[in-house]
Amino acid sequence: MLGLNKKDVGLLLVVIVLTVFAPFILNPFPEGSALAQFNAGYPDLMQRLVIFGIFAIGFNILFGLTGYLSFGHAAFLGAGSYAGIWMIKLLTLNIVPAIIASIVVAGLFSLLVGWISLRRSGIYFSILTLAFAQMSYSLAYSVLTPITGGETGLQPKVSDPRIFDAALAEGTTPRANFFGMFMNDSYELVLGGWVFTFNVGYYIAALFLVIAFYISIRIFRSPFGLMLRAVKSNQQRLNYTGIESRPYTLAAFVISGMYAGLAGGLLVAMDTQAGAERMFWTASGEVVLMTILGGAGTLIGPVLGAGFIKYFENIVSKINESVLQAWFSFMPEGMQDLVVSIFYPFIGKGWHLTLGIIFMLVVIFLPGGLMEGGQRISNLFKKKSNTDSGSGKSSPAAAE
Amino acid sequence: MGILEVKGVNKSFGGLQALNDVNLNVEEGTVHAIIGPNGAGKSTLLNCFIGKLIPDSGTVTFDNESLLGRKPHQINQMGVSRVFQTPEIFSDLTVFENVIIACFAKRDGAFELNALSSVASQTDMQEKAAQMLIDVNMIDKRDEMASSMSRGDKRRLEMAMCLAQDPKLLLLDEPTAGMARADTNNTIDLLKEIQEARGITMAIIEHDMHVVFSLAEKISVLAQGTVIVEDAPENIKGNPKVQEAYLGGAH
Repeated sequence: MLGLNKKDVGLLLVVIVLTVFAPFILNPFPEGSALAQFNAGYPDLMQRLVIFGIFAIGFNILFGLTGYLSFGHAAFLGAGSYAGIWMIKLLTLNIVPAIIASIVVAGLFSLLVGWISLRRSGIYFSILTLAFAQMSYSLAYSVLTPITGGETGLQPKVSDPRIFDAALAEGTTPRANFFGMFMNDSYELVLGGWVFTFNVGYYIAALFLVIAFYISIRIFRSPFGLMLRAVKSNQQRLNYTGIESRPYTLAAFVISGMYAGLAGGLLVAMDTQAGAERMFWTASGEVVLMTILGGAGTLIGPVLGAGFIKYFENIVSKINESVLQAWFSFMPEGMQDLVVSIFYPFIGKGWHLTLGIIFMLVVIFLPGGLMEGGQRISNLFKKKSNTDSGSGKSSPAAAE
Repeated sequence: MGILEVKGVNKSFGGLQALNDVNLNVEEGTVHAIIGPNGAGKSTLLNCFIGKLIPDSGTVTFDNESLLGRKPHQINQMGVSRVFQTPEIFSDLTVFENVIIACFAKRDGAFELNALSSVASQTDMQEKAAQMLIDVNMIDKRDEMASSMSRGDKRRLEMAMCLAQDPKLLLLDEPTAGMARADTNNTIDLLKEIQEARGITMAIIEHDMHVVFSLAEKISVLAQGTVIVEDAPENIKGNPKVQEAYLGGAH
């Protein structure tokens, strides 16, 4: 079906089901309950989950398959954002031109950066991409201020030309739409104590995630994907097998750049603003973390990694001292203060500390990321059921 | 007229004359061995064939086309496949994927953006790769990781990858270096089989006399950067020049 084998169709269905039912899955606790702060089913966060999922899927096509570690992918996300916001300002508040422009501009920009950076491999490649991204960031802040808005960034204004749209009345806020459906429109479903929010912008972003994921499966299973894995494995052999590795790595670089551009365009479509901070090196680092945390080189790992980081970033940052006090209120007074002061550095603004610890634990104990964790758990169950049934048949790997 | 012709090749590194007016002719359909003591210039000469080094003067032609200044992948696309001293394979991929990559390289050339067709649907390539694995007796290991193969199997796999490209010339750089006697004999048998079945021209650079005399139809002896003798194997052993080169008379 769709040119996929059974297992991949299953994977695609999992992603579709997860994205369609995310408003339910992410809102498991009733409104107003003590656990409601762990809910993530509000539009802004859900949009970010899928958009950064797309970013990570694209990054994984480069890093997971070829092993080339780019430390500058946020530059393409930023370039896509700027291209998108200009379409919104100049053409129309409909997001279609914005998204197309963001993909095209990011693709061209990544072609330029890749053309130069891919002359080197390993750490030199990483440093080159990092240098490019930081240059883009500095330019966006300084010389390019007329195009990028500098520190304030860009937002649509009532007075923008928008040549395809009818003029907006003075005092209204310009809202991005998809043929009349506004991105920030939501439908709320109240079921007992639960409130589920279905947001237009989220579902449009989710549709792009499903398409992006489908294309990524096709690339993984294609001869092109096989060549990319061969690049990672042994470039010398590949060259002596008659294949030039650079066009392959460049194509992978541009494809992943276009994914980043799409993510940037979608960010603009959702919040109609763009700023240089999206290009900062920490943003490039974040997508590396997402991919490795989820499992580089696996299909679904990067999506999980992106979801994991964005979810916990939001939840952990929201916890403050009084929440901690409430959690540990069952303890005796002195003990409570001690425990709260131990946990305090890891919450709120200390979220990066928590992320750092999680990342270290994953890299040390699960080098294959969350996907490897899942695999180990399922293997554990398989082994158990094997010994239970008394088959005693060892795996082929053990028989070698 | 040989398929690989080397004429008047000189190469020096600093003050060291590594190759000194080397002339060599590999006839089509034959197994040609290049032997010589350590430091005779065998590896330098091989590197001139495959685009790693460019000689200071002289010509290297394959099929009447110059090889000089071409990149390794271009030389491979002309029909020259190379087997390395330590088998170079894609360790992180399965045995089957290793071979099918070579099949794609033969069909699609140096670059083809086949990003949306699936490997599994390319039945002709699948069959060809499977046939190659049958030819080298490795079909039962097709889904195993290449890194888990024994040294001898890695060599077989590398050979299968080279053969999948139907090369006109197979370059072998000490194919049995570091192998146990049994593995060496297996490799000799494999090469003999391939030669008989396909008649591929082979140029072997080798240290091991046992291998050379079991396979080669013609031997060039390289010493101090020059070909001192080029003859059939039976005439090589008794040749006083060869004995001198090997027993150190020249030093």
